Amino acid sequence: MSESSGRFKPGDRVRVRAEDRPGHIRTPFYIRGKTGWVERAHGEFRNPESLAFGGDGLPKRPLYLVGFHQREVWEKYAATKDKLFIDIYEHWLDPA
Amino acid sequence: MSVDPSAKQTDEEHGHPHPRHELSYHAKRIYAIRELLLEKNVITREDIQTQIDYQEARSPANGAKLVARAWTDPKFKARLIADPKAACAEMGIDATSLNEFVVLENTEKVRHMVVCTLCSCYPRPILGRPPDWYKSFNYRARAVNDPRGVMREFGLEPGPDVEVRVHDSTADIRYLVLPLRPAGTETLSEQDLAKLVTRDSMIGVVDALPAVPGSKKTS
Repeated sequence: MSESSGRFKPGDRVRVRAEDRPGHIRTPFYIRGKTGWVERAHGEFRNPESLAFGGDGLPKRPLYLVGFHQREVWEKYAATKDKLFIDIYEHWLDPA
Repeated sequence: MSVDPSAKQTDEEHGHPHPRHELSYHAKRIYAIRELLLEKNVITREDIQTQIDYQEARSPANGAKLVARAWTDPKFKARLIADPKAACAEMGIDATSLNEFVVLENTEKVRHMVVCTLCSCYPRPILGRPPDWYKSFNYRARAVNDPRGVMREFGLEPGPDVEVRVHDSTADIRYLVLPLRPAGTETLSEQDLAKLVTRDSMIGVVDALPAVPGSKKTS
């Protein structure tokens, strides 16, 4: 797996941007605005927001596996250690 | 529906009507596009057959082979986790169409479960086509906010001390769950172990099948 040249590294706290804009977005609504941590850097991939409309997807964007505590994503989630992991592109993340 | 011009009998003549197999709108459109592509020499009939064969060759049996080998060979398991695509190649499984492929190992303390809330991202070279329930709104919505409820419906009930990890595969990565090896399978061959590895156990909604009593190999 290629090393990411991205701005985040495993362990970094990140917040998902709470943006709402039209187009083909691979960041689910339910996770926008939530805070988690970078679990793993997946490397760089062509940007689906451009690919979906016939673009070349370049420049490639760093992609991260971001972890969240279920209790912090869903108010009513039972008290467990359960976690949720989502692949999120760097331009949807801010340091938290 | 095949039509035999020499056939004299009609539905009415032999006493009961037969259902008419009308093609759907989308099927008709697909066939029209296929004929156009052939007529204009964009693709050949051989291309189509090759692609059909490729699609059919992709099935959960591929994943089951990987899992059974991982259960019996710790070094292979380490390679499967470190570089899943290379491990696939080693087993003769073509995973080259996957962008990235990650294997999630279940343990007594951690159970993984995979969903794609945005559509139906799925490791097709390893598991074939996804089941309809995987693509349903119900599964996609509930897998992320009530994974234990979904698991319970499939027959798996992780205790409160077990950590449930849901993976929402929203981008270029495809995930395969490596289920726990069932107890009492020490004497089973790799081939027999593979029979316990179901599609659903590799999506992570259930464990692998239990060992069937009496199925032990006689040596």
